[in-house]
Amino acid sequence: MKHAVSDSLVVTKRQLLQLIRVPEVLIFSTIQPVMFVLLFRYVFGGSISTGIPGVDYVQLLMPGIFVQTVAFTLAGTAVGLAEDMQKGLIDRFRSLPISRSAVVFGRALGDSTLNIVVLTVMGLAGYLVGWRPSSGFLNVILGFAFLLLFGFAMSWIGVLIGLSVRSARVANAAVFIAVFPLTFLSNAFAPTTGMPKALQYFAEWNPVSTMVAGCRELFGLENIFGVTANSWPSQNPLEMSLIYMVLIMAVFIPLSVRKYINTAAK
Amino acid sequence: MKSVIAENLVKTYDKGAVKALNGLNLDVEEGTVLGVLGPNGAGKTTTVRILATLLTPDSGHATVAGIDVIKNPDQVREVIGLSGQYAAVDETLTGWDNLVMFSRLYHLSPSASKKRAEELLEQFSLTDAAKRPIRTYSGGMRRRLDLAASLIVRPKILFLDEPTTGLDPRGRQEMWGVIESLVKDGTTLLLTTQYLEEADQLADDIAVIDHGTVIARGTSDQLKRQVGGERLEIVAESQDLKKVTEIVERVSGGKALVEESSRQVSAPVTTGSKALIEAARSLDDAGIHPLDIGLKRPSLDDVFIALTGHAAEDKKEEEVVDPRARKRKKK
Repeated sequence: MKHAVSDSLVVTKRQLLQLIRVPEVLIFSTIQPVMFVLLFRYVFGGSISTGIPGVDYVQLLMPGIFVQTVAFTLAGTAVGLAEDMQKGLIDRFRSLPISRSAVVFGRALGDSTLNIVVLTVMGLAGYLVGWRPSSGFLNVILGFAFLLLFGFAMSWIGVLIGLSVRSARVANAAVFIAVFPLTFLSNAFAPTTGMPKALQYFAEWNPVSTMVAGCRELFGLENIFGVTANSWPSQNPLEMSLIYMVLIMAVFIPLSVRKYINTAAK
Repeated sequence: MKSVIAENLVKTYDKGAVKALNGLNLDVEEGTVLGVLGPNGAGKTTTVRILATLLTPDSGHATVAGIDVIKNPDQVREVIGLSGQYAAVDETLTGWDNLVMFSRLYHLSPSASKKRAEELLEQFSLTDAAKRPIRTYSGGMRRRLDLAASLIVRPKILFLDEPTTGLDPRGRQEMWGVIESLVKDGTTLLLTTQYLEEADQLADDIAVIDHGTVIARGTSDQLKRQVGGERLEIVAESQDLKKVTEIVERVSGGKALVEESSRQVSAPVTTGSKALIEAARSLDDAGIHPLDIGLKRPSLDDVFIALTGHAAEDKKEEEVVDPRARKRKKK
């Protein structure tokens, strides 16, 4: 359809306008990750040793918090769409002569744009508390691009959840239960080697871990913090993460678009 | 020419457990207003959703402006406007933002979108509120904006699903004014409502639906005629109601309807003013001074009660549970 791209951009623009009209959303969605940076840096930073001379906790922590934050993109996506459903806005969109994928694509794009702002603020906060990526400018940019792509992929899971649940509140709760353990059963905040064996394997294959490991590489760190089985994902975190992202999008984009087309609110 | 045709629409929910539409037939003549009147759960919204391409029927056939809604939904969307039961606009954005966004989604250019937003705000007396977020709007303003958003491309056919539900009397009056001016411009309109007064006021033609089928169709006058003549209505003090009921039943020769809360007793009469005089005389003889006494032409409320056995706005629980049981009983 010839308007697919411009329709999506109108929907994305609507979301960005919302941020201007209700700036609280943007403020709080940035404060939360910054708060995490400060808490982990100063509460755990003192007691968790990286085991590598010259590398302090904050260097390992920052990629972990970046990944956790973009993983939670799907919460915003799910809640936003569930609200639009509840309020009948999705019905109105569906009665318009627009591309069938515009609303969901626009939403995913909008949430990625929000991520750019959030990651920028977090990066600056990290810098203030001692985070110093050592891989050079291009690799750092590549790392952030990698994070944005992950957020984009995750928001497609959020699209499906948002269009499937009955209310925004349910969406929020469902997402929290799903994502929170995923971000903690990983190498993001502590070495996986301290976990029970079964969890170690899970953590090693966990997309959050491969993302964190991948970002640590791109930000100039060795992949430390938990290699138990020398499995392929722990050896090739970037490749594995890309595979995960492609898989997520290959499954959830068609499902989400179909759900949008067939959805009947209420 | 018929702008809207629905034939034998059937729609069930929950795997057939709930029958929303049960072979519904409708048509709307071009340039006219059809009021679809029915209680909650009668199938009004489902009908609109099918015609506006939001829902696919289990079976049946429907065309809008001659286009098949099931086969060519995209083409249908080009020619319709839909304004739903809940104001479906973005509440965080301003009225202006919303109209520009929807204009863009109708593929107007950015400058044309701004121009159209301005025109619509003006037309719906919302210019002063243009830069305020919708969440600060009154109920009536919201509905007007919602309606404005459905008129961006001057649709040939407009669907309004309960446009005044939940509005206060003033908001309703405003909405009616707006809708009447649209109709004057020749828009074909299908309007659902549970307010008989609203159908009476706005619609050329009324389809009464209940349990997913049309149970009566005609102009307001035709429907009223179906119920038969006039009604004798007397309002009296509570302690007199029993006596008044006796008098009304004697004069009318039938069963009277007593509404305790409004202290009103009424019954259909065939003898016109003669019945009125007789009733007045009897009341006087009994020493009762009625608060109000009169002959009323049947309202659409009476039509509805006569057709369905229940009033339009109160839908009892048990009827919802098994809609067909009651119907059989009536036949």
